Amino acid sequence: MSLLNVRDLQVSYGGIEALKGITFKVDRGQIVTLIGANGAGKSTTLRAISGLVPVRTGSINFDGREITSLDTSSIVKEGIVMVPEGRRVFPNLSVLENLKIGAYLRRDQAEITAATEYVYERFPILRERHWQLAGTLSGGEQQMLAVGRALMARPRLIMMDEPSLGLAPLVVREIFSIIHRLRDEGITILLIEQNANAALRAADYGYVLESGSITIEGAGQDLLNNQKVRDAYLGQARKRKVPAGAMPLPKES
Amino acid sequence: MTEFISANLPYLLAGISVGGQYALIAIGYTMVYGILRLINFAHGDIFTVAAYCMVYMNATMPLYISLPLTIVFTVALGLAVERVAYKPLRDAPRMSIMISAIGVSYLLQNLMWYVTGGLAQQYPTIPWISSTISIYTATTKMVTLVTPVLTLVLVVLLVQLIKHTKIGMAMRAVSRDFETSRLMGIKINGVISVTFAIGSFLAAVGSMLYFSNYTAVTPTAGAMPGLKAFVAAVFGGIGSIPGAVIGAFIIGIAENIIKALGWTAFSDAFTFALLIVILIFKPTGLFGEAVHEKV
Repeated sequence: MSLLNVRDLQVSYGGIEALKGITFKVDRGQIVTLIGANGAGKSTTLRAISGLVPVRTGSINFDGREITSLDTSSIVKEGIVMVPEGRRVFPNLSVLENLKIGAYLRRDQAEITAATEYVYERFPILRERHWQLAGTLSGGEQQMLAVGRALMARPRLIMMDEPSLGLAPLVVREIFSIIHRLRDEGITILLIEQNANAALRAADYGYVLESGSITIEGAGQDLLNNQKVRDAYLGQARKRKVPAGAMPLPKES
Repeated sequence: MTEFISANLPYLLAGISVGGQYALIAIGYTMVYGILRLINFAHGDIFTVAAYCMVYMNATMPLYISLPLTIVFTVALGLAVERVAYKPLRDAPRMSIMISAIGVSYLLQNLMWYVTGGLAQQYPTIPWISSTISIYTATTKMVTLVTPVLTLVLVVLLVQLIKHTKIGMAMRAVSRDFETSRLMGIKINGVISVTFAIGSFLAAVGSMLYFSNYTAVTPTAGAMPGLKAFVAAVFGGIGSIPGAVIGAFIIGIAENIIKALGWTAFSDAFTFALLIVILIFKPTGLFGEAVHEKV
Protein backbone atom coordinates (compact mmCIF):
# COMPACT_ATOMS: atom_id res chain seq x y z
CA MET A 1 0.00 0.00 0.00
CA SER A 2 1.29 3.42 -0.92
CA LEU A 3 1.96 6.05 1.71
CA LEU A 4 -0.30 8.59 0.06
CA ASN A 5 -3.29 7.69 -2.07
CA VAL A 6 -5.26 10.44 -3.75
CA ARG A 7 -8.42 9.36 -5.50
CA ASP A 8 -10.63 11.43 -7.78
CA LEU A 9 -9.70 14.68 -6.04
CA GLN A 10 -11.82 17.63 -7.07
CA VAL A 11 -11.26 21.17 -5.87
CA SER A 12 -12.95 24.34 -7.04
CA TYR A 13 -12.33 27.97 -6.24
CA GLY A 14 -15.31 30.25 -6.64
CA GLY A 15 -16.93 28.25 -9.41
CA ILE A 16 -13.71 27.44 -11.26
CA GLU A 17 -12.68 23.82 -11.23
CA ALA A 18 -9.01 23.84 -10.28
CA LEU A 19 -8.74 20.07 -10.04
CA LYS A 20 -11.06 17.90 -12.09
CA GLY A 21 -10.71 14.62 -10.30
CA ILE A 22 -7.10 13.55 -10.16
CA THR A 23 -5.86 10.21 -8.93
CA PHE A 24 -2.27 9.52 -7.98
CA LYS A 25 -0.19 7.85 -5.35
CA VAL A 26 3.11 8.32 -3.61
CA ASP A 27 4.98 5.21 -2.60
CA ARG A 28 6.97 5.00 0.61
CA GLY A 29 10.57 6.14 0.29
CA GLN A 30 10.14 7.57 -3.19
CA ILE A 31 10.42 10.97 -4.78
CA VAL A 32 7.28 11.60 -6.75
CA THR A 33 6.86 14.72 -8.81
CA LEU A 34 3.95 16.60 -10.28
CA ILE A 35 4.95 18.71 -13.22
CA GLY A 36 2.89 21.05 -15.31
CA ALA A 37 2.46 24.60 -16.47
CA ASN A 38 1.48 27.54 -14.31
CA GLY A 39 -2.12 27.22 -13.21
CA ALA A 40 -2.32 23.52 -14.00
CA GLY A 41 -3.33 22.81 -10.40
CA LYS A 42 -0.05 21.67 -8.89
CA SER A 43 -0.09 23.98 -5.90
CA THR A 44 -3.81 23.42 -5.43
CA THR A 45 -3.12 19.71 -5.13
CA LEU A 46 -0.65 20.26 -2.30
CA ARG A 47 -2.92 22.79 -0.61
CA ALA A 48 -5.80 20.35 -0.73
CA ILE A 49 -3.69 17.59 0.81
CA SER A 50 -2.60 20.01 3.56
CA GLY A 51 -6.18 20.99 4.27
CA LEU A 52 -5.67 24.62 3.28
CA VAL A 53 -8.38 24.49 0.63
CA PRO A 54 -11.61 22.54 0.93
CA VAL A 55 -11.96 19.36 -1.11
CA ARG A 56 -15.16 19.05 -3.09
CA THR A 57 -15.12 15.35 -3.73
CA GLY A 58 -12.62 12.56 -3.70
CA SER A 59 -10.46 11.07 -1.03
CA ILE A 60 -6.99 11.57 0.35
CA ASN A 61 -5.64 8.61 2.22
CA PHE A 62 -2.41 8.74 4.18
CA ASP A 63 -0.87 5.52 5.43
CA GLY A 64 -4.25 3.83 5.49
CA ARG A 65 -6.01 6.74 7.17
CA GLU A 66 -8.60 8.98 5.61
CA ILE A 67 -7.37 12.58 6.02
CA THR A 68 -9.65 14.35 3.54
CA SER A 69 -11.65 16.33 6.07
CA LEU A 70 -9.00 16.87 8.75
CA ASP A 71 -7.78 20.37 9.58
CA THR A 72 -4.24 21.42 8.74
CA SER A 73 -2.99 21.02 12.29
CA SER A 74 -4.15 17.37 12.43
CA ILE A 75 -2.66 16.68 9.01
CA VAL A 76 0.71 17.99 10.19
CA LYS A 77 0.35 15.76 13.23
CA GLU A 78 -0.19 12.79 10.90
CA GLY A 79 3.23 13.49 9.43
CA ILE A 80 2.56 15.49 6.26
CA VAL A 81 4.56 18.69 6.11
CA MET A 82 4.72 21.25 3.34
CA VAL A 83 7.61 23.42 2.28
CA PRO A 84 5.59 26.24 0.75
CA GLU A 85 6.31 28.03 -2.48
CA GLY A 86 8.57 31.01 -2.04
CA ARG A 87 10.03 29.46 1.14
CA ARG A 88 7.86 31.58 3.46
CA VAL A 89 10.25 31.51 6.39
CA PHE A 90 9.14 33.84 9.18
CA PRO A 91 11.39 36.84 8.54
CA ASN A 92 10.71 38.35 11.97
CA LEU A 93 11.79 35.20 13.80
CA SER A 94 15.36 34.04 14.28
CA VAL A 95 16.66 31.02 12.39
CA LEU A 96 16.47 28.93 15.54
CA GLU A 97 12.93 30.09 16.25
CA ASN A 98 11.93 29.19 12.71
CA LEU A 99 13.20 25.68 13.37
CA LYS A 100 11.45 25.52 16.74
CA ILE A 101 8.18 26.58 15.21
CA GLY A 102 8.54 23.72 12.76
CA ALA A 103 8.32 21.45 15.82
CA TYR A 104 5.30 23.33 17.15
CA LEU A 105 3.20 20.22 17.69
CA ARG A 106 5.95 18.25 19.37
CA ARG A 107 6.08 18.31 23.15
CA ASP A 108 9.28 16.52 24.14
CA GLN A 109 12.02 19.13 24.62
CA ALA A 110 14.81 16.56 24.36
CA GLU A 111 13.46 15.36 21.04
CA ILE A 112 13.20 18.90 19.75
CA THR A 113 16.81 19.56 20.70
CA ALA A 114 17.83 16.35 18.94
CA ALA A 115 15.86 17.37 15.86
CA THR A 116 17.54 20.78 15.85
CA GLU A 117 20.91 19.04 15.99
CA TYR A 118 19.84 16.77 13.14
CA VAL A 119 18.95 19.79 11.00
CA TYR A 120 22.16 21.63 11.93
CA GLU A 121 24.22 18.61 10.85
CA ARG A 122 22.57 18.66 7.45
CA PHE A 123 22.68 22.43 7.08
CA PRO A 124 25.72 23.73 8.98
CA ILE A 125 25.04 27.25 7.73
CA LEU A 126 21.88 27.31 9.84
CA ARG A 127 23.87 26.57 12.99
CA GLU A 128 26.23 29.39 12.14
CA ARG A 129 23.35 31.81 11.68
CA HIS A 130 20.95 30.48 14.30
CA TRP A 131 20.62 33.85 16.04
CA GLN A 132 20.01 35.86 12.88
CA LEU A 133 16.57 36.96 11.77
CA ALA A 134 15.48 34.65 8.98
CA GLY A 135 14.63 37.65 6.82
CA THR A 136 18.34 38.45 6.56
CA LEU A 137 19.28 35.10 4.97
CA SER A 138 19.94 34.70 1.26
CA GLY A 139 17.36 32.93 -0.88
CA GLY A 140 19.25 29.63 -0.86
CA GLU A 141 19.75 29.77 2.89
CA GLN A 142 16.07 30.53 3.36
CA GLN A 143 15.21 27.48 1.28
CA MET A 144 17.46 25.35 3.47
CA LEU A 145 15.76 26.84 6.51
CA ALA A 146 12.35 26.08 5.04
CA VAL A 147 13.40 22.46 4.48
CA GLY A 148 15.01 22.28 7.93
CA ARG A 149 11.86 23.71 9.48
CA ALA A 150 9.81 21.01 7.77
CA LEU A 151 12.17 18.30 9.05
CA MET A 152 11.65 19.52 12.62
CA ALA A 153 8.13 18.07 12.56
CA ARG A 154 9.61 14.60 11.92
CA PRO A 155 7.53 14.20 8.75
CA ARG A 156 6.81 10.99 6.94
CA LEU A 157 5.93 12.90 3.81
CA ILE A 158 7.43 16.22 2.77
CA MET A 159 5.64 18.14 0.06
CA MET A 160 7.77 20.74 -1.68
CA ASP A 161 6.24 23.48 -3.74
CA GLU A 162 8.71 24.84 -6.31
CA PRO A 163 11.81 24.59 -4.13
CA SER A 164 14.06 25.82 -6.94
CA LEU A 165 12.00 28.88 -7.81
CA GLY A 166 14.07 32.05 -7.96
CA LEU A 167 17.32 30.44 -6.92
CA ALA A 168 20.67 30.56 -8.71
CA PRO A 169 21.51 27.41 -10.74
CA LEU A 170 24.24 26.39 -8.33
CA VAL A 171 21.86 26.66 -5.40
CA VAL A 172 19.21 24.74 -7.32
CA ARG A 173 21.67 21.89 -7.73
CA GLU A 174 22.32 21.95 -4.00
CA ILE A 175 18.61 21.88 -3.20
CA PHE A 176 18.16 18.82 -5.42
CA SER A 177 21.08 17.06 -3.78
CA ILE A 178 19.39 17.73 -0.45
CA ILE A 179 16.16 16.24 -1.79
CA HIS A 180 18.08 13.11 -2.79
CA ARG A 181 19.71 12.88 0.59
CA LEU A 182 16.35 13.12 2.35
CA ARG A 183 14.99 10.32 0.19
CA ASP A 184 18.02 8.19 1.02
CA GLU A 185 17.24 8.73 4.69
CA GLY A 186 13.80 7.26 4.15
CA ILE A 187 11.69 10.39 3.85
CA THR A 188 9.04 10.29 1.17
CA ILE A 189 8.85 13.36 -1.01
CA LEU A 190 6.14 14.83 -3.18
CA LEU A 191 7.77 17.44 -5.35
CA ILE A 192 6.20 20.13 -7.47
CA GLU A 193 8.37 21.83 -10.02
CA GLN A 194 8.25 24.03 -13.07
CA ASN A 195 11.81 22.98 -13.66
CA ALA A 196 10.49 19.71 -15.09
CA ASN A 197 13.86 18.54 -16.29
CA ALA A 198 15.49 18.64 -12.86
CA ALA A 199 12.37 17.28 -11.18
CA LEU A 200 12.05 14.27 -13.48
CA ARG A 201 15.74 13.47 -13.15
CA ALA A 202 15.34 13.40 -9.39
CA ALA A 203 12.02 11.59 -9.28
CA ASP A 204 11.22 7.91 -9.10
CA TYR A 205 7.80 8.54 -10.51
CA GLY A 206 6.10 11.51 -12.12
CA TYR A 207 2.72 12.83 -13.11
CA VAL A 208 1.97 15.51 -15.67
CA LEU A 209 -0.83 17.83 -14.67
CA GLU A 210 -2.66 19.78 -17.37
CA SER A 211 -5.44 22.21 -16.49
CA GLY A 212 -6.67 20.19 -13.56
CA SER A 213 -6.23 16.67 -14.91
CA ILE A 214 -3.42 14.16 -14.94
CA THR A 215 -2.60 13.41 -18.56
CA ILE A 216 0.60 11.40 -18.47
CA GLU A 217 2.31 9.40 -15.77
CA GLY A 218 5.31 7.15 -15.57
CA ALA A 219 8.71 6.56 -14.06
CA GLY A 220 10.85 9.70 -13.99
CA GLN A 221 13.21 8.41 -16.63
CA ASP A 222 10.37 7.34 -18.92
CA LEU A 223 8.78 10.75 -18.75
CA LEU A 224 12.12 12.34 -19.58
CA ASN A 225 12.12 10.30 -22.77
CA ASN A 226 8.45 10.80 -23.53
CA GLN A 227 8.08 12.87 -26.66
CA LYS A 228 4.97 14.71 -25.51
CA VAL A 229 6.58 15.63 -22.22
CA ARG A 230 9.71 16.72 -24.01
CA ASP A 231 7.75 18.92 -26.39
CA ALA A 232 5.62 20.51 -23.75
CA TYR A 233 7.89 20.79 -20.72
CA LEU A 234 11.48 20.07 -21.63
CA GLY A 235 11.79 22.35 -24.64
CA GLN A 236 15.05 23.89 -23.55
CA ALA A 237 16.59 20.65 -22.49
CA ARG A 238 16.09 19.27 -25.96
CA LYS A 239 17.59 22.28 -27.66
CA ARG A 240 20.63 22.00 -25.51
CA LYS A 241 21.09 18.31 -26.13
CA VAL A 242 20.70 18.26 -29.87
CA PRO A 243 23.43 20.11 -31.70
CA ALA A 244 22.57 21.67 -35.02
CA GLY A 245 22.55 19.16 -37.84
CA ALA A 246 22.42 16.15 -35.58
CA MET A 247 20.14 13.20 -36.18
CA PRO A 248 16.59 13.67 -34.90
CA LEU A 249 15.98 12.16 -31.50
CA PRO A 250 14.61 8.62 -31.46
CA LYS A 251 10.87 8.41 -30.90
CA GLU A 252 9.72 7.38 -27.47
CA SER A 253 9.97 3.68 -26.84
CA MET B 1 13.04 76.19 41.33
CA THR B 2 11.37 74.47 44.26
CA GLU B 3 8.37 76.60 43.58
CA PHE B 4 8.33 75.42 39.98
CA ILE B 5 8.53 71.82 41.06
CA SER B 6 5.90 72.19 43.74
CA ALA B 7 3.57 73.85 41.27
CA ASN B 8 4.02 71.27 38.54
CA LEU B 9 4.60 68.00 40.36
CA PRO B 10 0.89 67.18 40.65
CA TYR B 11 0.48 67.54 36.89
CA LEU B 12 3.49 65.40 36.14
CA LEU B 13 2.26 62.68 38.49
CA ALA B 14 -1.20 62.81 36.95
CA GLY B 15 0.37 62.60 33.50
CA ILE B 16 2.44 59.55 34.32
CA SER B 17 -0.55 57.90 35.91
CA VAL B 18 -3.02 58.50 33.12
CA GLY B 19 -0.27 57.60 30.65
CA GLY B 20 -0.01 54.17 32.26
CA GLN B 21 -3.77 53.75 32.03
CA TYR B 22 -3.74 54.69 28.35
CA ALA B 23 -0.86 52.26 27.86
CA LEU B 24 -2.85 49.34 29.24
CA ILE B 25 -5.64 50.07 26.76
CA ALA B 26 -3.29 50.85 23.89
CA ILE B 27 -1.64 47.43 24.11
CA GLY B 28 -4.98 45.82 23.29
CA TYR B 29 -5.32 47.96 20.17
CA THR B 30 -1.80 47.38 19.01
CA MET B 31 -1.73 43.61 19.60
CA VAL B 32 -4.99 43.01 17.77
CA TYR B 33 -3.80 45.21 14.93
CA GLY B 34 -0.50 43.33 14.82
CA ILE B 35 -2.20 39.99 14.34
CA LEU B 36 -5.40 40.80 12.41
CA ARG B 37 -4.58 44.19 10.85
CA LEU B 38 -7.82 45.32 12.48
CA ILE B 39 -8.50 48.43 14.53
CA ASN B 40 -10.71 46.93 17.20
CA PHE B 41 -13.05 49.88 17.71
CA ALA B 42 -14.94 47.94 20.36
CA HIS B 43 -11.90 47.93 22.63
CA GLY B 44 -12.73 51.24 24.35
CA ASP B 45 -16.24 50.00 25.03
CA ILE B 46 -14.97 46.76 26.50
CA PHE B 47 -12.97 48.99 28.83
CA THR B 48 -16.21 50.75 29.85
CA VAL B 49 -18.13 47.51 30.27
CA ALA B 50 -15.38 46.40 32.65
CA ALA B 51 -16.09 49.50 34.75
CA TYR B 52 -19.85 48.83 34.88
CA CYS B 53 -19.17 45.23 35.68
CA MET B 54 -17.17 46.34 38.70
CA VAL B 55 -19.87 48.82 39.76
CA TYR B 56 -22.66 46.27 39.69
CA MET B 57 -20.76 43.32 41.06
CA ASN B 58 -19.28 45.33 43.87
CA ALA B 59 -22.80 46.27 44.96
CA THR B 60 -23.54 42.69 45.88
CA MET B 61 -20.19 41.02 46.37
CA PRO B 62 -17.07 41.61 48.39
CA LEU B 63 -14.15 43.09 46.51
CA TYR B 64 -12.03 39.94 46.51
CA ILE B 65 -14.74 38.27 44.44
CA SER B 66 -15.95 41.17 42.30
CA LEU B 67 -12.47 42.20 41.21
CA PRO B 68 -11.32 38.86 39.76
CA LEU B 69 -14.81 38.24 38.43
CA THR B 70 -14.69 41.56 36.56
CA ILE B 71 -11.44 40.52 34.94
CA VAL B 72 -12.85 37.13 33.98
CA PHE B 73 -16.01 38.69 32.57
CA THR B 74 -14.07 41.29 30.56
CA VAL B 75 -11.81 38.63 29.06
CA ALA B 76 -14.86 36.53 28.21
CA LEU B 77 -16.47 39.54 26.54
CA GLY B 78 -13.36 40.21 24.47
CA LEU B 79 -13.27 36.57 23.36
CA ALA B 80 -16.99 36.59 22.57
CA VAL B 81 -16.69 39.73 20.44
CA GLU B 82 -13.87 38.12 18.49
CA ARG B 83 -15.77 34.89 18.01
CA VAL B 84 -19.07 36.46 17.00
CA ALA B 85 -18.08 39.58 15.09
CA TYR B 86 -14.58 39.01 13.68
CA LYS B 87 -13.95 35.30 13.24
CA PRO B 88 -16.71 34.77 10.65
CA LEU B 89 -15.08 37.55 8.61
CA ARG B 90 -11.60 36.07 8.65
CA ASP B 91 -11.38 35.87 4.87
CA ALA B 92 -13.51 38.93 4.15
CA PRO B 93 -12.03 42.23 2.96
CA ARG B 94 -10.51 44.27 5.75
CA MET B 95 -13.15 46.96 5.41
CA SER B 96 -15.93 44.51 6.35
CA ILE B 97 -14.31 43.50 9.60
CA MET B 98 -13.59 47.15 10.41
CA ILE B 99 -17.27 48.00 9.95
CA SER B 100 -18.16 45.02 12.08
CA ALA B 101 -15.89 46.45 14.81
CA ILE B 102 -17.66 49.82 14.64
CA GLY B 103 -20.97 47.98 14.89
CA VAL B 104 -19.86 46.11 18.00
CA SER B 105 -18.71 49.38 19.52
CA TYR B 106 -22.16 50.96 19.09
CA LEU B 107 -23.86 47.79 20.19
CA LEU B 108 -21.95 47.73 23.47
CA GLN B 109 -22.50 51.45 24.07
CA ASN B 110 -26.22 51.18 23.50
CA LEU B 111 -26.49 48.05 25.59
CA MET B 112 -24.90 49.99 28.41
CA TRP B 113 -27.40 52.84 27.98
CA TYR B 114 -30.20 50.32 27.97
CA VAL B 115 -29.06 48.39 31.00
CA THR B 116 -27.90 51.28 33.17
CA GLY B 117 -30.30 53.99 32.13
CA GLY B 118 -27.34 56.20 31.34
CA LEU B 119 -27.01 57.81 34.73
CA ALA B 120 -23.50 58.26 36.01
CA GLN B 121 -22.57 55.60 38.53
CA GLN B 122 -20.04 55.96 41.29
CA TYR B 123 -17.07 53.62 40.81
CA PRO B 124 -16.45 51.60 43.97
CA THR B 125 -13.57 52.52 46.21
CA ILE B 126 -10.83 49.96 46.06
CA PRO B 127 -9.02 49.99 49.40
CA TRP B 128 -5.38 50.99 49.46
CA ILE B 129 -5.13 52.20 45.85
CA SER B 130 -7.89 54.75 46.48
CA SER B 131 -6.28 56.04 49.65
CA THR B 132 -4.82 59.52 49.67
CA ILE B 133 -1.11 60.14 49.98
CA SER B 134 1.11 63.18 49.79
CA ILE B 135 4.34 63.24 47.89
CA TYR B 136 6.32 66.37 48.52
CA THR B 137 3.82 69.10 47.60
CA ALA B 138 1.35 66.94 45.77
CA THR B 139 -1.63 65.28 47.37
CA THR B 140 -2.88 62.42 45.27
CA LYS B 141 -4.33 58.96 45.36
CA MET B 142 -2.22 55.85 45.71
CA VAL B 143 -3.41 54.77 42.26
CA THR B 144 -1.27 57.53 40.76
CA LEU B 145 1.82 55.74 41.97
CA VAL B 146 0.53 52.23 41.49
CA THR B 147 -0.42 52.71 37.85
CA PRO B 148 3.00 53.32 36.27
CA VAL B 149 4.61 50.58 38.34
CA LEU B 150 1.91 48.03 37.60
CA THR B 151 1.87 49.04 33.94
CA LEU B 152 5.59 48.52 33.58
CA VAL B 153 5.47 45.18 35.38
CA LEU B 154 2.66 43.95 33.12
CA VAL B 155 4.42 45.22 29.99
CA VAL B 156 7.67 43.50 30.93
CA LEU B 157 5.79 40.25 31.60
CA LEU B 158 3.97 40.57 28.29
CA VAL B 159 7.14 41.22 26.34
CA GLN B 160 8.76 38.19 27.98
CA LEU B 161 5.73 36.13 27.07
CA ILE B 162 5.94 37.21 23.44
CA LYS B 163 9.69 36.81 23.17
CA HIS B 164 10.35 33.66 25.11
CA THR B 165 7.32 31.39 25.18
CA LYS B 166 5.89 29.05 22.62
CA ILE B 167 2.58 30.89 22.41
CA GLY B 168 4.49 34.16 22.03
CA MET B 169 6.48 32.71 19.15
CA ALA B 170 3.25 31.51 17.59
CA MET B 171 1.78 35.01 17.95
CA ARG B 172 4.74 36.53 16.15
CA ALA B 173 4.50 33.91 13.42
CA VAL B 174 0.74 34.33 12.94
CA SER B 175 1.11 38.11 12.86
CA ARG B 176 3.36 37.69 9.84
CA ASP B 177 1.85 34.84 7.86
CA PHE B 178 -1.45 33.05 8.59
CA GLU B 179 -1.09 30.29 6.05
CA THR B 180 2.47 29.24 6.79
CA SER B 181 1.61 29.31 10.50
CA ARG B 182 -1.18 26.86 9.75
CA LEU B 183 1.29 24.66 7.91
CA MET B 184 3.40 24.50 11.07
CA GLY B 185 0.39 23.01 12.85
CA ILE B 186 -0.51 26.25 14.66
CA LYS B 187 -4.22 26.72 15.22
CA ILE B 188 -4.44 30.37 14.35
CA ASN B 189 -7.88 30.89 15.84
CA GLY B 190 -6.50 29.83 19.19
CA VAL B 191 -3.61 32.26 18.88
CA ILE B 192 -5.98 35.08 17.91
CA SER B 193 -8.17 34.26 20.91
CA VAL B 194 -5.16 34.48 23.21
CA THR B 195 -4.38 37.90 21.75
CA PHE B 196 -7.89 39.16 22.48
CA ALA B 197 -7.78 37.64 25.96
CA ILE B 198 -4.56 39.47 26.79
CA GLY B 199 -5.88 42.75 25.38
CA SER B 200 -9.12 42.48 27.33
CA PHE B 201 -7.31 41.50 30.52
CA LEU B 202 -5.13 44.61 30.30
CA ALA B 203 -8.18 46.75 29.49
CA ALA B 204 -9.88 45.42 32.63
CA VAL B 205 -6.85 46.26 34.76
CA GLY B 206 -6.60 49.66 33.08
CA SER B 207 -10.29 50.28 33.74
CA MET B 208 -9.86 49.59 37.46
CA LEU B 209 -6.98 52.04 37.69
CA TYR B 210 -8.61 54.70 35.49
CA PHE B 211 -11.97 54.72 37.24
CA SER B 212 -10.37 54.68 40.67
CA ASN B 213 -9.18 58.13 39.63
CA TYR B 214 -12.11 59.41 37.56
CA THR B 215 -14.95 57.83 39.45
CA ALA B 216 -18.01 58.67 37.35
CA VAL B 217 -18.94 55.77 35.06
CA THR B 218 -21.22 56.55 32.11
CA PRO B 219 -21.77 54.50 28.94
CA THR B 220 -19.41 56.79 27.03
CA ALA B 221 -16.88 57.29 29.81
CA GLY B 222 -14.48 54.93 28.09
CA ALA B 223 -14.75 56.50 24.67
CA MET B 224 -12.26 59.29 25.30
CA PRO B 225 -9.54 57.24 27.02
CA GLY B 226 -10.15 54.58 24.38
CA LEU B 227 -9.59 57.04 21.56
CA LYS B 228 -6.52 58.49 23.23
CA ALA B 229 -5.09 55.03 23.72
CA PHE B 230 -5.72 54.43 20.04
CA VAL B 231 -3.83 57.63 19.19
CA ALA B 232 -1.04 56.43 21.49
CA ALA B 233 -0.88 53.13 19.62
CA VAL B 234 -0.67 54.94 16.28
CA PHE B 235 1.84 57.43 17.65
CA GLY B 236 4.08 54.64 18.92
CA GLY B 237 3.72 52.69 15.70
CA ILE B 238 0.72 50.43 15.60
CA GLY B 239 1.67 46.79 16.03
CA SER B 240 4.54 47.65 18.37
CA ILE B 241 3.99 47.06 22.09
CA PRO B 242 6.87 49.22 23.37
CA GLY B 243 5.71 51.88 20.92
CA ALA B 244 2.18 51.85 22.33
CA VAL B 245 3.47 52.11 25.90
CA ILE B 246 5.87 54.97 25.17
CA GLY B 247 3.25 56.74 23.05
CA ALA B 248 0.72 56.44 25.87
CA PHE B 249 3.07 57.89 28.47
CA ILE B 250 4.03 60.76 26.16
CA ILE B 251 0.39 61.59 25.48
CA GLY B 252 -0.59 61.31 29.15
CA ILE B 253 2.25 63.57 30.28
CA ALA B 254 1.85 66.06 27.44
CA GLU B 255 -1.86 66.43 28.16
CA ASN B 256 -1.17 67.29 31.75
CA ILE B 257 1.63 69.68 30.89
CA ILE B 258 -0.91 71.52 28.76
CA LYS B 259 -3.28 71.56 31.70
CA ALA B 260 -0.49 72.92 33.89
CA LEU B 261 0.02 75.72 31.41
CA GLY B 262 -3.60 76.69 31.91
CA TRP B 263 -4.89 75.48 28.56
CA THR B 264 -7.02 72.69 29.97
CA ALA B 265 -9.64 73.17 27.29
CA PHE B 266 -7.10 72.25 24.63
CA SER B 267 -5.63 69.15 26.23
CA ASP B 268 -7.87 66.76 24.27
CA ALA B 269 -7.41 68.76 21.10
CA PHE B 270 -3.67 68.37 21.47
CA THR B 271 -3.91 64.58 21.38
CA PHE B 272 -5.88 64.55 18.17
CA ALA B 273 -3.74 67.23 16.58
CA LEU B 274 -0.84 64.95 17.36
CA LEU B 275 -2.62 62.12 15.52
CA ILE B 276 -2.97 64.29 12.42
CA VAL B 277 0.64 65.41 12.54
CA ILE B 278 1.85 61.82 12.95
CA LEU B 279 -0.28 60.56 10.10
CA ILE B 280 1.09 63.29 7.83
CA PHE B 281 4.76 63.15 8.70
CA LYS B 282 5.42 59.65 10.01
CA PRO B 283 2.46 57.36 9.39
CA THR B 284 4.35 54.35 10.73
CA GLY B 285 4.75 56.04 14.13
CA LEU B 286 7.78 56.02 16.38
CA PHE B 287 8.54 52.30 16.26
CA GLY B 288 6.29 51.08 13.49
CA GLU B 289 7.67 48.79 10.86
CA ALA B 290 7.36 49.78 7.25
CA VAL B 291 4.02 48.67 5.89
CA HIS B 292 4.21 45.20 4.44
CA GLU B 293 1.11 43.65 3.03
CA LYS B 294 0.54 40.05 3.88
CA VAL B 295 1.09 37.84 0.90
